[in-house]
Amino acid sequence: MSTVGFGNTLLRRRGVLPGFGAGFGLTLFYAGLLVLLPLGALILKASALGPRDVFRLVTDPRTLQAFQLTFGSSAVAGGVNALFGLLLAWVLVRYQFPGKSLVDALVDLPFALPTAVAGISLTSIYAENGSLGALLGKLGLKVAFTPLGVTVALIFVGIPFVVRTVQPVLEDLDRDVEEAAAVLGATRLQTFARVILPALFPALLTGFALAFARALGEYGSVVFISGNMPYKTEIVPLLIVTRLEQYDYAGATALACVMLLFSFLILLAVNLLQRWSRRGAPA
Amino acid sequence: MSGVVGGLGRRPERGAAELETPLVRGLLIAAALAFLALFLVAPLFTVFSAAFSKGVDVYLTALAEPETLAAIELTLITAGIAVPMNTLFGIAAAWVLSKYDFRGKSALLTLIDLPFSVSPVISGLIFVLLFGAQGLFAAQVQEYDLKIVFAVPGIVLATTFVTFPLVAREVLAVMEAQGSDEEEAALTLGASLWQIFFKVTLPKIRWGLFYGVILCNARAMGEFGAVSVVSGHIRGETNTMPLQVEILYNEYNFVAAFAVASLLTLLALLTLGVKKTAELASSLREARRAREAESELTVTVIEPRGVTS
Amino acid sequence: MSVRTEIVSKRFAARGPAAVDNVTFEAKPGAITTLLGPSGSGKSTLLRLIAGLERPDGGKISIDGKDVTHVSPRERNVGFVFQSYALFRHMTVFENVAFGMRIRKLGKERIQERVLELLSRVQLAGYEGRYPSQLSGGQRQRIALARALATDPKVLLLDEPFGALDTKVRIELREWLLAFQESARVTTLLVTHDQDEALELSEHVVLLADGKVEQTGAPHELYDAPATSFVASFLGGGSLLKGTVRSGRAEVGSLAVQAPEGAEDGAEVRALVRPHDVRLEKAADGGEVAVARVERMRRIGPRIKLLLMLPTGDAVTVHMPKTEVDELGIESGDRVLVDLKDAKVFVEDYAI
Repeated sequence: MSTVGFGNTLLRRRGVLPGFGAGFGLTLFYAGLLVLLPLGALILKASALGPRDVFRLVTDPRTLQAFQLTFGSSAVAGGVNALFGLLLAWVLVRYQFPGKSLVDALVDLPFALPTAVAGISLTSIYAENGSLGALLGKLGLKVAFTPLGVTVALIFVGIPFVVRTVQPVLEDLDRDVEEAAAVLGATRLQTFARVILPALFPALLTGFALAFARALGEYGSVVFISGNMPYKTEIVPLLIVTRLEQYDYAGATALACVMLLFSFLILLAVNLLQRWSRRGAPA
Repeated sequence: MSGVVGGLGRRPERGAAELETPLVRGLLIAAALAFLALFLVAPLFTVFSAAFSKGVDVYLTALAEPETLAAIELTLITAGIAVPMNTLFGIAAAWVLSKYDFRGKSALLTLIDLPFSVSPVISGLIFVLLFGAQGLFAAQVQEYDLKIVFAVPGIVLATTFVTFPLVAREVLAVMEAQGSDEEEAALTLGASLWQIFFKVTLPKIRWGLFYGVILCNARAMGEFGAVSVVSGHIRGETNTMPLQVEILYNEYNFVAAFAVASLLTLLALLTLGVKKTAELASSLREARRAREAESELTVTVIEPRGVTS
Repeated sequence: MSVRTEIVSKRFAARGPAAVDNVTFEAKPGAITTLLGPSGSGKSTLLRLIAGLERPDGGKISIDGKDVTHVSPRERNVGFVFQSYALFRHMTVFENVAFGMRIRKLGKERIQERVLELLSRVQLAGYEGRYPSQLSGGQRQRIALARALATDPKVLLLDEPFGALDTKVRIELREWLLAFQESARVTTLLVTHDQDEALELSEHVVLLADGKVEQTGAPHELYDAPATSFVASFLGGGSLLKGTVRSGRAEVGSLAVQAPEGAEDGAEVRALVRPHDVRLEKAADGGEVAVARVERMRRIGPRIKLLLMLPTGDAVTVHMPKTEVDELGIESGDRVLVDLKDAKVFVEDYAI
């Protein structure tokens, strides 16, 4: 009973069902041991380095180049995902067409398919002797083993994030509102730009941020298609692995810390975004 | 988009004002499908076509390689530990988060989501920093001669970390959507926690839970980055299926690489199938509830006017 | 500016029932016309057809004498107020009201002036910076009205405008709409299933059932002279009794009233007895009287609602002022004499 009392008073629990104490205890114990402790080890290791060392370790030219590629290709992939994710969500919510339910299921593929499988598959498609790679090669476009290849892999892993954040918002969108705009004289395009898009915008931005955050840390699908050439197609997660393989724990820790910081900043931004998107919701 | 509806001839019947022209709709659908084909269907297709490019015999022989079998075994063991643990925890966490309001609830939710926002590589690294040669617990690990990093326990830990939020998230979503009315009704009828959970809650959440477990399993078996960092890549010993895929691919043994990949792909497709089925099952139930609610409504409408007013 | 529909029809499924079935009616300029009917009677579909939000399968719709059957809703210049309000959630009150004018590319100052004028007319001056989520239901409804009026619409179409509000706010808004309409004189079509709303607000009622027009006319005409038993029971209500015609009298239950003209002997009839059209006495003699038993009495404010059971087993509901019941000394279980002041009698196959 002591845990229940603890839960009731300290946490000001509300809710009458039994099981709070045990459930809360188990959740906190497991999460603390499995998540907080290891992440704490990372912070501890990094703090032993000191800010000057961390700064030095993450600003050598090779690392900066990796940061540039990682953030650049993640942003481009996030943008492509935002555009096509919106399109996919729109088509899935608003139109009927044969195979729609299959398409809807397929959107989640990147959630479920191991990244390594996606990596080797995309590489063999876009390599110079691959089915699409040969075609694009004739147009003078090299995809595999270039930054473009990195972006292609990141587009793959990010698709579900935008679709699955925009889709429910679009489903909940009151059709009356669009009719109201039409009766007030707006063309379909005006209605989309002034009424639908602003209503979807917070969800769209959230989807972009989630896809972007996922892309920053992505490893498996990228390492195969990128070719991993230092200064050219080396992403930050790969650099962390490289440092680790060279027993450069300090270097790996510093890089990981900086990446983690960016992840948290994005997480924070997503939380703020969701608060913002509730602004217009009925009280 | 022309202003005069009549000028366009036949248009869809319902809500004429708020629809795109068939041409616009067709173009949008085509663009969406083209994107999907290029980025999702093509890789899917490639996995199987490459795996079977030299015939079924070669495919089967590739899967029967001892190292590959060892990798499959290790993958099954890893998932066999990580998935039940995360399931148990996930149900407890979802119960606490959906049935009560308490201080620090959003902090707990953030804690559970944390592994989602950590790069898989970092997820592996943190366990190296805990148990590795220069790790926080290096002394203890040496003293008791434990093998964690570059061994099976490390792989299990990293996998459990990465797949940690999956069951909790799925079950939480279902529990929140369904509310606690029925549980509270059971409580007033004198049911205990276990009776409430097994007789009321579990039947309601079973599809969501099932999908959560299946997804968690697929991700546990397919995890690459985190496992790659802690595994040490010892052939036949610490290679899981995705790591085996990498090794075979890097050895230019494409058929074997895609053969192993095809197994993981089938698992992914099965997971998507379960999700769709779960959605279908819950939407069927919603539809049935809506019908029941409607028939109750009609009963009230039918009330004879003549007598009441 | 009038609104006319001529034999307009609409069905949603190819072989399904017609939601709107050959409806012809005219809304008078500068007045409120109510489209009244139970749910599923096609009244909202009819309103959407007039706005252009649905396309008719057949017939003709004209606004202000112009055929608009094939005109896009964008160009009909009607003001439409949705039951859900359909305010733009991400826009302030000001931007909501300004929307139609911005689409029409009016000047900034003109828009500013007009929005503020409309907001003061709907008694929400000073609210222009708020978001719809910060307003009450009644306030949202008035903003929806201001938005609909902003473009000087030829007609105002209100789809169950007070349906989602609680009773008190609904009655206040009704009063307000009536006062507003008296000064603005916009041709208005109002969809409702609430007979009180229709009787109080409109100068003209179109009563619909199953997609067809049952009767049109002034509210009192429909109440006093219902064309069918459906109209009589929907508007005002009462107790429905079945019976037959014998020598010019309709015998319903154990009561008898004047039969409609031209009704043949032996014809099946149904009579609707309004709760106010029954006179009770404890003792009696005279023509149209019968004995009944008081089954139940309920006090509703100043009135008493009595449930009478006729010897035939038919039930009749009666409303009487409490003072009158007290004077007569009627109590539950008493036997009373029943005298019908009036009843609406319909020959069976003519009604419904």
